[in-house]
Amino acid sequence: MEEVKTMADMAANGQKPDVLFWVGCAGSFDQRAQKVTRSFVKILNHLGIKFAVLGKEESCTGDPAKRAGNEFVFQMLALQNIEVMNAYGVQEIVTTCPHCFNILRNEYPALGGKYKVKHHTQFLQDMIDQGKIKMTEGGSFKGKTITYHDSCYLGRANEVYEAPRKVLEQLDADLVEMKSHKARGLCCGAGGAQMFKEEEHGTMRINDARTAEALDTNANIVATGCPFCSTMISDGVKGKDRQATVKVFDIAELLAAGQGLETI
Amino acid sequence: MATVISSICFLVFVGVAIFFAYRGFHGVYRNIMLGRSEDFSDNKSERFKTMMLVAFGQKKMFKRPVAALLHFVIYSSFIITQIELIEIFIDGIFGTHRFIYHAWENIPALRALYVFAISFIEILSVLTFAVTVAFLWRRDMLRLPRFNKPEMKGWPNLDAHLILVFEMILITCIFMMNSFDMAANGGKYGFWISGYIAHGWRGMDEGLMEIFEKIGWWGHLAMVMVFLVYLSYSKHLHIVLAFFNTYYSRLTPKGYIANMPAVTREVKLMLDPNAQVEPGPADGSMPKFGAKDIFDLSWKNLLDAYTCTECGRCTAQCPANLTGKKLSPRKIMMDVRDRMEEVGGIMDAHKGVWQDDGKTLIENGYISVEELRACTTCNACVEECPVNISPLDIIMQLRRSLIMEDSNSPNEWNGMFANLENNAAPWQYSQQDRLNWVKE
Ligand code: SF4
Ligand code: SF4
Repeated sequence: MEEVKTMADMAANGQKPDVLFWVGCAGSFDQRAQKVTRSFVKILNHLGIKFAVLGKEESCTGDPAKRAGNEFVFQMLALQNIEVMNAYGVQEIVTTCPHCFNILRNEYPALGGKYKVKHHTQFLQDMIDQGKIKMTEGGSFKGKTITYHDSCYLGRANEVYEAPRKVLEQLDADLVEMKSHKARGLCCGAGGAQMFKEEEHGTMRINDARTAEALDTNANIVATGCPFCSTMISDGVKGKDRQATVKVFDIAELLAAGQGLETI
Repeated sequence: MATVISSICFLVFVGVAIFFAYRGFHGVYRNIMLGRSEDFSDNKSERFKTMMLVAFGQKKMFKRPVAALLHFVIYSSFIITQIELIEIFIDGIFGTHRFIYHAWENIPALRALYVFAISFIEILSVLTFAVTVAFLWRRDMLRLPRFNKPEMKGWPNLDAHLILVFEMILITCIFMMNSFDMAANGGKYGFWISGYIAHGWRGMDEGLMEIFEKIGWWGHLAMVMVFLVYLSYSKHLHIVLAFFNTYYSRLTPKGYIANMPAVTREVKLMLDPNAQVEPGPADGSMPKFGAKDIFDLSWKNLLDAYTCTECGRCTAQCPANLTGKKLSPRKIMMDVRDRMEEVGGIMDAHKGVWQDDGKTLIENGYISVEELRACTTCNACVEECPVNISPLDIIMQLRRSLIMEDSNSPNEWNGMFANLENNAAPWQYSQQDRLNWVKE
């Protein structure tokens, strides 16, 4: 079990972390995303980062409510979260979810929650730039092909295209791009609270369309930076019965494996 | 006498055209101002830069290089051809003939400049004619999918064709004017392209040549005026509004969806009845949550709708549309514009006063709930739009009214909202279990 402190633990000891790790609902409850949360914590501990989580004091950021059109529920949650974080004097946040990242970065400030927010791939890029994470030449990814799926809320929404690719470059694998990528990246179908309802009537599912593009690259690994994208594309891969040869991993899992912190 | 009559004809003709054009533009302005206020007065220098890059410099067009190049030909020729209008106006008002040419005839440098300018316009016109043919080909022969979606049936399709046909007539008139003028005057101007065409008129009666030259001249003027009046009824309006719309671009990250201050007030009072909040509307009325009709959208949303050129780049990248859903971001913009026209029509019929027609922008043959539901808020449409329109901003406001005003929400979403309220997660997990992931 990894060492994880909560903000409350730290405050009780008169301590303050350098950064708050915002786990998010998927990262807390979704089995697949929980694994990503643990991988990222392994990296944080490995790097000796002084971090904490909110644990039971964390509420959903309100993103699915807001994007569905329910501003009331969103603001209720946001104001609660802001109260909690401001009480702890939180200044920096890192999160493994682009939806949390976007809403904390862009929509919390006007409600009184002003923090420096990073997506975990940006955080990891910083670590690489500072030389704290080094390339693993000839590691377990040598000879593998990885394609990265841009999540809408990291990519177009906040124009973070390079950080995730930079992190993947540390793995010494071959990186290939899908037909639509970066600013033109195709949505996985989960955003705008679609994750929480059936799709409208159409000719195919959005995640199947995106998965087809990923499979067209012949990559062995589809890398993501979003728990919802991971679910959507994993479902797509299973739908095509390709799960034995094509794996979907979050960048945190890939990096943790690349650094020898875990095996995948 | 003949010159006086022709001058009067010119002034009357241009005057009438400008009157109708003004009426059209005024209507567009009035309709845009039906929207609620939204502040875009900040960052003037960045706004100006965005306008220069995106509208003037066509930056976003170049994501599709071939289309961009073709469009750039038409665009630059459109701007440069206007130089010719200076002389047309002088000649029209004073009954002169190629006033500038004759004023500069004996000054070699200026004369050369004149010949160069007109010849350059001729070259651009030939290119533009070719592009117009290519554009018609692309629409009707290649049948590019983005031009053949359901929302393009009827008027939008006719509109697109009319613009291209007007353009072709205009160019034909330019060459009629120049080539017959060249032929009638022994080629003394030396225009590069009409000089070749003039060979074809050799041996024709000179009086007839002058008549054809006049037809070309008036035809050219007439087409410019037709465009001027037609603009405000057509998607072609983008040639004017693109500049305004890009100046008033949303400069925030695309992922940002503004919070609603009215909701902040209510929620703060709910969490703490003694909270310090901004005062509500002075008349004590309940604030509206989200948008149902054009009046509830902001003027910028409405400007967006009038700026839309119906190119369908947004729809071609929309994940919902790509997978066969009804949602098409272009249709959202077209519906908003159509509704504005409908509202404007009712106002015109009632001395400028709005009479409630019992309709809104949602359903009523406009935007359906099904379309609104299908959006993933992925911002692909916003990213693609060459003139910085945001269909998503409108979709979000309409969604809000569905949920918050009408409680019109799919059951799964109701469950999600309930979970969020009860246990602060979209799923039914207890907040107490938020740390369970630590144990493997
Ligand atoms: S934001 Fe909505 S309308 Fe725009 S492209 Fe994405 S799904 Fe389509
Ligand atoms: S919204 Fe923009 S991209 Fe979409 S049709 Fe209109 S102009 Fe084209």
